[in-house]
Amino acid sequence: MLLGRTANGLYWMNRYIERAENMARLVDAGLRMALTRTQNASEEWNSVLLSAGSDLAFSQKYQDYTVANVSDFLLRDTSNPSSTMSSIETARNNARMVRTALTRETWESINEAWMSLKRMLARPIDERDLPTMLDAIKRETALIRGSFYGTMLRNEIFDFSQLGTYVERADNTARILDVKYYVLLPSISWVGSTLDNYQWESILRSVSAHRSYRWVYDADYKPTNIADYLILNVRMPRSLTFCYRFLGEHLRFLADDYGERHACHATAEKIQTMLKKGSIKDIFDHGLHEFLAEFIRDNTRLGDEIALDYRFY
Amino acid sequence: MAAFDEMLPEVSGLRRPYQAYDRWLKEQDPARLTQKMEDAERVFRKTGITFAVYGEQEASERLIPFDIVPRIISGQEWRRLTQGIEQRVQALNAFLDDIYHRQEILRAGRVPKELVAKNEAFLPEMIGVRPPAGVYTHIIGVDIVRIGENEFYVLEDNARTPSGVSYMLENRETMMQLFPELFQQIKVRPVENYPQLLRQSLAAVRPQGAKGAPTIAVLTPGSYNSAYFEHAFLADQMGVQLVEGQDLRVVDGHVTMRTTEGYKQIDVLYRRVDDAFLDPLTFRPDSALGVPGIMDVYRAGNITIANAPGTGIADDKAIYSYMPEIVEFYTGRKAILGNIPTWRCSEPNSLKYVLEHIGELVIKEVHGSGGYGMLVGPAATKKECEAFAKKLQAKPGNYIAQPTLALSTCPILTENGLAPRHVDLRPYVLVSDRIQIVPGGLTRVALKEGSLVVNSSQGGGTKDTWVLDD
Repeated sequence: MLLGRTANGLYWMNRYIERAENMARLVDAGLRMALTRTQNASEEWNSVLLSAGSDLAFSQKYQDYTVANVSDFLLRDTSNPSSTMSSIETARNNARMVRTALTRETWESINEAWMSLKRMLARPIDERDLPTMLDAIKRETALIRGSFYGTMLRNEIFDFSQLGTYVERADNTARILDVKYYVLLPSISWVGSTLDNYQWESILRSVSAHRSYRWVYDADYKPTNIADYLILNVRMPRSLTFCYRFLGEHLRFLADDYGERHACHATAEKIQTMLKKGSIKDIFDHGLHEFLAEFIRDNTRLGDEIALDYRFY
Repeated sequence: MAAFDEMLPEVSGLRRPYQAYDRWLKEQDPARLTQKMEDAERVFRKTGITFAVYGEQEASERLIPFDIVPRIISGQEWRRLTQGIEQRVQALNAFLDDIYHRQEILRAGRVPKELVAKNEAFLPEMIGVRPPAGVYTHIIGVDIVRIGENEFYVLEDNARTPSGVSYMLENRETMMQLFPELFQQIKVRPVENYPQLLRQSLAAVRPQGAKGAPTIAVLTPGSYNSAYFEHAFLADQMGVQLVEGQDLRVVDGHVTMRTTEGYKQIDVLYRRVDDAFLDPLTFRPDSALGVPGIMDVYRAGNITIANAPGTGIADDKAIYSYMPEIVEFYTGRKAILGNIPTWRCSEPNSLKYVLEHIGELVIKEVHGSGGYGMLVGPAATKKECEAFAKKLQAKPGNYIAQPTLALSTCPILTENGLAPRHVDLRPYVLVSDRIQIVPGGLTRVALKEGSLVVNSSQGGGTKDTWVLDD
């Protein structure tokens, strides 16, 4: 038996842990672009902000799209509710609220991540320290994930936590693709220019997939392969299909446990079937941007339905 | 004013309960002990054992300082203490039952009628209500001070929602982590089973109509409450739900909680929410922390609320001064544990005395707690005393006064080695069909040299409390 409020806390705790890490990954990809390309760095930072869903809020505060401004805004600015610092703080507040549902190891890893990031992000980041900082953020969230997977009982508490993780992750991957969808569209020349290559690598880097891509596809980046990898690959842990495989599984566990199916089950299955049946060619024919926009909408709806069906409020 | 030191009194030398510990201590390298002190702080911070201090925005989460020197009580001392506590707790429950029913003690003139009738802690809504199993106060923390070898006094009865038990448990846990060898050398009675005892105790007072194993829940005001850590800790250790008012609703004459599978009935509610906030339909209408209609369910006998609403009348500071009479009235025997002499400022003669001796006394608000709003005469400046005297004259009924006692001391570890500091003791008592007292309790220690205020909100710390198995 689980309180609706507790399920809600677990769900959001995990969404925010995922988000804290995704912010670091996005800044990492942006930084890479800024280092390898001298022109148009501000355009790149703008797409990083777009992927983070923070472009509007940023432009209200800053005029210049510099490393210092963007990384400050996305990593340590507490007035930005999605920044790594705000996310880890929200995750920790939720963890504190649902503390009785967590193992001691899980709670302590979240509490320690919060303490150490708070300390690290207390002062403005020196650009030279940025790579170290990004590593540290990823390490802290990896430690949380490690203690979570290593110690939590696989029950409804685990299921609601995982729902949060995968809804957030699917949203994140879809947004990254949507911001850059135009560089993936088939062009007249199939061999990409150097510029395109950088763009493609950047997309892969923002989901930590630039190395594993080569294990699965050719060494050369091809836009259809990249899209295939991030949307349809079953084994790539940040692909949309992967996320929905687990969303489907955990929702099924809940339905079996409780002996009751809800609207969210139908929605998840519909999306899962769509991903399973679709080929990358169909998606491009349908329009990549249209596909992604629709996906983001459906994914958000699934989140709302889960909240309603399991009495989060 | 020389205080009695529980380890090394000036007159008699090292006391027996501390002998084995002292032997061990002498073998330790001071640097290692300092290291252990730092380890302890890290353990507490990591596990998030924090409390909130009201009125301090920046430090909204702070640690209660922990001292690594245990406070040791012999088996014999403990047996005597528990007899006194049991007697007192029996009297408290009998008093509550009487006050909300026949009021024999008022008719007998042993406690003034107006002291009860005009008391905010007295809930007219409880008149004629008999809680399940007839228990009013289920969990009690009796604050005890010592001033000599055989002189123990009760400072306060906490019969509403005493806190601090999680520190008793975590302090022991931490000590066992830091000094496992000590527990092999010295037989200390365990306190770890408190959560199990609490659970059994709450289950035993379930409503008559509850079938099978009762559903128990802990009601917390929420994660911003200063004692939230403890609420979560106890729910976790008991394996029950930690609920907030927003999770609860009255459905078909029962209190239920909103779960992922719908509304589920609760039989026993261990509430850590004050009376006033318990039911907006009966008490404060602006309360969002309680459950609308819970009092109706309670009156119908369909839920146990622990502690019962209205128990505050028994630990009220004005009632406190009548405790010797109350104990004798209901148990037929003299109180084993004495009270500290108390002047009720509502009485003109006492007020006169208190005003004349303000510099020597401790003056407390009748309804205050946590060490807020009190004056420690000997430690206060002349100006503070004068200001307090004005408040006192304006509302004398709000205050009681007690002599400044030479609370016993226990050594703590400081940068310059061991140094004596004043302590008190809060053992925890569970009442169901029987009375159980966990061998130990929370020892609070005033960390500032010479200070007599042990409250954590006022710079006090805690110690592990050992009851020897001898």
